[in-house]
Amino acid sequence: MKILVAVKRVADPDNLNKIKLSAQGKIDTTGLEPKSSPYDEYALETALRLTENGANTKARLGEVVVVTFGPKENEQMLRAMLGTGADRAIRVDAKDDALDGDLVARGLKAVVDREKPDLVLLGYQQAENESNEVGQMLAEYLGWPQATFAGSVKSEDDKALVVGREIEGATAQIRVTLPAVVTVLDKIIHPKSVQSKHTAATHAYPDGVRFAALMAIMAAKKKPLAELPLAELAPDAALKVTYGASELPPKRAAGVKVKDVKELVTKLKTEAKVI
Amino acid sequence: MAGTLVIAELGDGKVKKATHSAITFAKQVGAPFAILAIGAGAAEAAKELTAFGAQKVLVTDDASLAHYIAEKLAPTVAKVAKDGGWDTVVMTATSNGKDLAPRVAAKLSAGYAPDVDRVKVDGARRSYRRPQYSGNALAWLEIATPVHVVSVRQTEFIAAEPSGGASPVENVAKAADDAAAARVEFVKIESGKSERPDLGEARVVVSGGRSLKEQFKQVLEPLADALGAAIGASRAACDAGYAPPELQVGQTGRTVAPQLYVAVGISGAIQHIAGMKGSKYIVAINKDADAPIFQIADYGLVADLFVAVPDLVKELKTHV
Repeated sequence: MKILVAVKRVADPDNLNKIKLSAQGKIDTTGLEPKSSPYDEYALETALRLTENGANTKARLGEVVVVTFGPKENEQMLRAMLGTGADRAIRVDAKDDALDGDLVARGLKAVVDREKPDLVLLGYQQAENESNEVGQMLAEYLGWPQATFAGSVKSEDDKALVVGREIEGATAQIRVTLPAVVTVLDKIIHPKSVQSKHTAATHAYPDGVRFAALMAIMAAKKKPLAELPLAELAPDAALKVTYGASELPPKRAAGVKVKDVKELVTKLKTEAKVI
Repeated sequence: MAGTLVIAELGDGKVKKATHSAITFAKQVGAPFAILAIGAGAAEAAKELTAFGAQKVLVTDDASLAHYIAEKLAPTVAKVAKDGGWDTVVMTATSNGKDLAPRVAAKLSAGYAPDVDRVKVDGARRSYRRPQYSGNALAWLEIATPVHVVSVRQTEFIAAEPSGGASPVENVAKAADDAAAARVEFVKIESGKSERPDLGEARVVVSGGRSLKEQFKQVLEPLADALGAAIGASRAACDAGYAPPELQVGQTGRTVAPQLYVAVGISGAIQHIAGMKGSKYIVAINKDADAPIFQIADYGLVADLFVAVPDLVKELKTHV
């Protein structure tokens, strides 16, 4: 199976409470380390699990291509992903503020038309913008089925995937015949969430994503990393959505510490009046 | 005609409550609006939608739509929007609403405003506000295309109440499925149905963290019973298997905004806070006095939860 994984570099997702606003209301992430969006890392982990035997993860039984849209600095992230196990990387050269989800989806469609993967995997949303839209738009532009909010994926001989979609209070299972677009949640990296054609159903992965071994990082320097101009993929660069100023949400002030359960109940009853 | 088309979300043959928030959004926009109820049994479900002041209620009732599949719904939604000339298509910001909306937007070549919590109308100019950066920024956006697709947060738009009247009902035939629909098949739905109120709609939510371990249910259920609360959990508690995944509150789980949120043994990772900081009152019980959850809690109790929670249950039973 050939899998295309779309990834995005973002400001350190664990420290987004440290963002600031400029005088113009633009979001300023200075001081936050750029990282790959965690859900995209989970998408890559999913792709790796689908294209290997969990008992011998050195041999890649398929092809995993990572693609990102952004400036040259993104190559460091792509190299790291090549070290983790991806075979090839593509960087579509673009300025971050010259993109919206729709343009990325149209650009990705052109990449898919060239690469002809069996599956496109993405994080269900990227950690900064949180728009949760690119996968669905891409599926529409390709005329492919989509499975979003995936908490589990089971390959049926690499011809179809049974996807467990986590929806409010329930898991809805759907079967999508490949090629398809799947967007993943964090639950996808649990030990048995991904069942590949090549791996025994009893196999349990360590919880979480894998890290690149030093040897693999060295070897990754030789793996191909292509650069494509956005204009070649999506000639119409007009944005459908433009962001203006942002606001910081009202800060919740720390309240009071109560000394015991009795005081807590009294406060809830007489002050907050919520019980 | 110009105006707003509200797409009702149906589930188990009923209108999901999030739809009422989408109606509130339409009313705030101020233009005439219609509601589209689409699904198997939509005709019956749509009856309650005629009392919200919509110009009309459109119904696509088709047995082939018994289960939610975006590739089967999107063509009709897009066609109704186009045929009616509606300039704004609004959906619920639920998992299925957010699954469907971008597909419809792409079909309509429309800009999409996801997960909107405010709308500002200034003559012909419209801006939408939405949380980003794990809820640490609220960004205003504008859409450049003539048609807008929007999904709205249930926690931020207070559910519309029926205002009386009877909007005329119009049946609309289902459009042909996307070709991709032939490659999607519903398998089954596994729901963690419980007697408790739904997390997204509960007035009180009691949430537990990983420190509850195997005693998650044993400790939290009596408290939830005493408060008539829904039960939630941190991602850590779900990942560790102490709580089922559907209870997860936070960025990849549910976003909740109850009157009272009781965080038990939850440290307050930013991904969790993103999902609950809209709560009116937050109570935190944690033995670590430095836990970040105390920075946003209205009432903090530094205590061993295995002692404090049973005490709290007792206190609630005797004094409330």
